[in-house]
Amino acid sequence: MNDFTQALDVAASLISRFDPELSQIVGLSLGVSLTASLVAFAIGAPLGTALAIYRVRGRVGLIVVANALLGLPPVVVGLAVYLLLSRSGPLGALGILFTPTAMVIAQAILGIPIVIALVHRIMVDVWARYGDALLVDGASRLRATLPLMAIGRDGLLTAFLAAFGRAIAEVGAIIIVGGNVHGYTRTMTTAIALETSKGELSLALALGIILIILSMTVSGLSFLIGRILTGR
Amino acid sequence: MKHWFGSLRILAIIALVVLGTQTFPQSSWAEDHSIVVASTTSTQDSGLFGYLLPIVKRKTGIEVKVLAQGTGQALDTARRGDADVVFVHAKSAEEKFLAEGFGVKRYPVMYNDFVVIGPKGDPAGIKGKDVLTALQTIKTRAAPFVSRGDHSGTHIAELKLWKEAGIDIVNDRGSWYKEIGQGMGAALNMASASNAYVLSDRGTWLAFQNRGDLTVLVESDKRLFNQYGVMLVNPVKHPTVKKEPGQRFIDFLISPEGQNAIAGYKINGQQLFYPNANDPNA
Repeated sequence: MNDFTQALDVAASLISRFDPELSQIVGLSLGVSLTASLVAFAIGAPLGTALAIYRVRGRVGLIVVANALLGLPPVVVGLAVYLLLSRSGPLGALGILFTPTAMVIAQAILGIPIVIALVHRIMVDVWARYGDALLVDGASRLRATLPLMAIGRDGLLTAFLAAFGRAIAEVGAIIIVGGNVHGYTRTMTTAIALETSKGELSLALALGIILIILSMTVSGLSFLIGRILTGR
Repeated sequence: MKHWFGSLRILAIIALVVLGTQTFPQSSWAEDHSIVVASTTSTQDSGLFGYLLPIVKRKTGIEVKVLAQGTGQALDTARRGDADVVFVHAKSAEEKFLAEGFGVKRYPVMYNDFVVIGPKGDPAGIKGKDVLTALQTIKTRAAPFVSRGDHSGTHIAELKLWKEAGIDIVNDRGSWYKEIGQGMGAALNMASASNAYVLSDRGTWLAFQNRGDLTVLVESDKRLFNQYGVMLVNPVKHPTVKKEPGQRFIDFLISPEGQNAIAGYKINGQQLFYPNANDPNA
């Protein structure tokens, strides 16, 4: 248990003296993962809703694919994005490999199937319950989309947080496309991997504790904001 | 129907907060003064870069972004044009890289040495032996040995040593030989957790914190020499290479000032790397 108490001590001391390097890493982790999960949400939520409402050809196939991709290994996504963004790859001219932008892209790709699958699951229920009423009211399926998303907003928040959880916790993709560059693309998870490899196990575990606190804060704040804004 | 704007508002606010507090330090990385250096895990894990790069920044104004990858991967990153400079430690692989036309010129920078690490109890009894006898003993006793297995400079050196010891490690290995395909730190962590033998560069070992029961058992054998070299990636192959700051970084490393800085890096009073840019054979 010595390792754990030591890690708690280190974590407390890092937080209490507002370590500048830690603040920078935390800022980057939050910035990259929140941006990526918002992008994933912006793309995935309308798609997931559409899949629940419209009976288009290949719909089942898309749903199966989105659900299968829930288990997309980050390291594979990282490698694919790396090869795309490499100077020798098709998008090499952008010059964004080993930048935070590349990390956002990789994490957004990981988040999209999560958002699609969860939003679809939620919207199928909501549509079954309210779809007919909305159509009777004279709304087209397209115009019914927004009210439908509003009714299922709690579920949408869950989908967003699931994408965020995936992003903030993963290391496999961003360590490949970001390169874990000190002061530039080093995040909480890549710093944990690095400190582990240096044998600084209590520091690594301390960073892990801080990461969990961070995740909880984001989740708590999201629900709180949701409560306040919807007046419930 | 009024309520349902709530969720959209939440997301809009989150979006604004995120965009507003975007902390990406892109602006501080002035394009012309930052270069990407693909290097080995040893230069980072030993703490050398943490010590050296602020000096480089102060003296030359160059921001160095280090990718700590292991020699094989670092050279591959450079081959793809994703790095401006490579700073690695496997002369044979570096010369191949040059021969393929991916590098401009190789400059020797510094050396240190490899050490064979093992449990203090030394169950195979290799302490103080020369490295070839030590490896033969480990094989005969089937004592647990952790290999990097990642085409890093240390892995290449390890394979060369097995060969010199007359052992065909690819075909003659048993379950005692664990090839983990990871960095030096991970290999040391595993050796520490399983009381195994492992070959390490001295720099990473000296900086390593989770030693457990491990200690240096074999050292000071001239076969354990470990040379580091630096090369600019060929701008003819990859026009995006930042030639001017890249070369300035190299020039600083091999200048008397840079060499002194390298010699000045110490942990607990012990020097980790020995500059030798002036040795034409290094």
